[in-house]
Amino acid sequence: MAWTKKDLLGLEYLSPEEIELILDTAESFKEVSTREIKKVPALRGKTAVNLFYEPSTRTRVSFEVAAKRLSADVINIATETSSVRKGETLIDTGKNIQALKADIIIMRHNYSGAANMLARALDISVVNAGDGWHEHPTQALLDIFTLKEKLGKIKGLNVAIVGDIAHSRVARSNIWGLTKLGANVTLCAPEMLLPVGIELTGAKTSSNIDEVLKKADAVNVLRMQFERDEGTAFPEQLDYFKKFGITEERLAKAKKDVVVMHPGPINRGIEMSSEVADGKNSVILEQVTNGIAVRMAVLFLVSQAREAKNEHID
Amino acid sequence: MSILIKGGRVIDPENKIDAKLDILVEGNKISKVAKNIQAQEATIIDADNKIVAPGIIDMHVHLRQPGREDKETVATATLAAAKGGVTTVLAMPNTQPAMDCPEGVRLLQEIIKKDAKVNVLICGTITKGRLGEELSDIAALKKSGVYAISDDGCSVDSDELMLEALKKAKQAGLLTICHSEDKKLSGKGVINLGFNSTRLGLRGISNESEYKRVRRDIELAKKAASAVHIAHVSCRESVEIIAQAKKTGIKVTCETAPHYFTLTEDALLGYDTNMKMNPPLRSKKDLMAIKQGLKDGTIDVIASDHAPHTENEKDIEFERAEFGVVGLETELSAGINELLAKGVLDWPGLVEKYCLNPAKILGLEAGRLAKGTPADIIIVSDQEPWVVDKQNLVSKSKNSAFLGYSLKGAVDYTICKGQVVYKR
Repeated sequence: MAWTKKDLLGLEYLSPEEIELILDTAESFKEVSTREIKKVPALRGKTAVNLFYEPSTRTRVSFEVAAKRLSADVINIATETSSVRKGETLIDTGKNIQALKADIIIMRHNYSGAANMLARALDISVVNAGDGWHEHPTQALLDIFTLKEKLGKIKGLNVAIVGDIAHSRVARSNIWGLTKLGANVTLCAPEMLLPVGIELTGAKTSSNIDEVLKKADAVNVLRMQFERDEGTAFPEQLDYFKKFGITEERLAKAKKDVVVMHPGPINRGIEMSSEVADGKNSVILEQVTNGIAVRMAVLFLVSQAREAKNEHID
Repeated sequence: MSILIKGGRVIDPENKIDAKLDILVEGNKISKVAKNIQAQEATIIDADNKIVAPGIIDMHVHLRQPGREDKETVATATLAAAKGGVTTVLAMPNTQPAMDCPEGVRLLQEIIKKDAKVNVLICGTITKGRLGEELSDIAALKKSGVYAISDDGCSVDSDELMLEALKKAKQAGLLTICHSEDKKLSGKGVINLGFNSTRLGLRGISNESEYKRVRRDIELAKKAASAVHIAHVSCRESVEIIAQAKKTGIKVTCETAPHYFTLTEDALLGYDTNMKMNPPLRSKKDLMAIKQGLKDGTIDVIASDHAPHTENEKDIEFERAEFGVVGLETELSAGINELLAKGVLDWPGLVEKYCLNPAKILGLEAGRLAKGTPADIIIVSDQEPWVVDKQNLVSKSKNSAFLGYSLKGAVDYTICKGQVVYKR
């Protein structure tokens, strides 16, 4: 199949085949980063703009590295120093970037739906690098890519997602992606952090981490975003660690080769112990490496779709 | 000057009229309703194959003047009203400044006298500045000519203060309208709480935040032995609570808006800010309950909750965008599409919800088509389709939930106080 979407906004909007296509494309790009000269000319002459409205180092740098390995020119816009501070609207900012003849905007935004809105307003590609509590599709794609690499498949796997599901875009994207590919997803969190109706995605819910861990082939541990707390109910940190924190004792009762993931940055001693984060089951740094390949695949595919569309118009 | 409306299907549920009749208008009153009226001097309007109904009395309209003339003015809103078949609007008091004193009311009355194309009635506030802290001088507001009081956009949180307001309003002979919302429960919510708020990553507004406050407002009305009107009912529990209260004889009436019987929360899946209003679009179950409530009489009134906002207040991130949609120009068509065409209400039923019941609740003579009543009349082609787009909306703001919709039912003439104020 061919990729036809100019944007990547979320995994909810993709078919299983489209997700597979991204994973396959990422697979073929992964090797590039192992070469002595880590560069291919796939996006030579293209311009990608990193437009980040929220502080992010990991995702922004990962996208930048991915774009550069495809030979694209990358521009980073820090919103603290741009016209955004002067009150420019998101759509105006986007249209200005489009007028500069950029090809792709990679956007991180604190409001849910911001990427959808920008994509609708622009002809150029928009890649969602996380919007509010909504989606963070490339994070989920790299999680799924890593999982597939480790365990050979996704279909039929028991995957636990643990932590603050309610406020997590990483959780939402993972739920959509994993369920579409046939994994059995269990969300494990205190009641107050499970959002209304989440089981309608096809995921199960539980508040017993030990039960969930027994069956899990993989566990994706979310960051507790205490810095995001805006009057919403939140568990006390130590209490949370006691009840849901991933520790060596807990892992000892899980499957021997259970895969432990975390999107980073980790709160050591809150959602997982240091021993687990650095332990033999952890693939946290491999996730970071795979992030490059996945983001190369996404930038490449959305760019191809736009070219195909433009040729069609001519 | 007189107008003779010939051969239309005249609908007047108060007088049990649904028949092909002529109507003669002389001055600002209806002077005769009969078959084959002859009037030499009159201007004749041929209404053959058309509906002839009382003008709509819209109990929930935000004119935005004074204070936010960039969104809407008395002149532009009443132009939109005339186009939508609305001959009377009740102007909500959340202007800047709020309509909380006779001086403010007089100022607005001056503007209305100068600019309004249809009847504009003023609603005063319950509390000063709509802050829910200190009652407005309700007797003085009545004296200055307001028709009702409401803190629309806010609910008075204090039970004691609200009870006091209901008692004072009763004494003054004023209707109290409640925006029933417990903001401690709705919080920073922006859409209906449910699977959609979860998948969109947006904060939800529960049904509970509405119906708990509806229940309280009705209980207080019972205690005060006063009438109360619940604004913009959106959820099934509210309908149920109001139905029960009516059975026990409490003087409660209520309204819903066209978006609540036409659209559900699924309209939000693309983050369209023109689908963002408060209360929010609810679930399919709620929509069905609203329709049932209209059918069985629990819901008395359809009102637009016309809430104009500029493009730069809407064309931004969903959570930052203002709540509210315009509705004056689409409310009748929405009713024709969703209620008449789908068998929920017949024409007399529609006229009750849009015209007669609001007239009764506000104590107006209009809303009927009998000899001696005000000549506020609309002539409607109820099968005529039209497409809602920004270009054909005359309201200053274009934030309609129905943009792009093809709706049936176009207003051909709007006659207000005996004058043709709109002709298609």
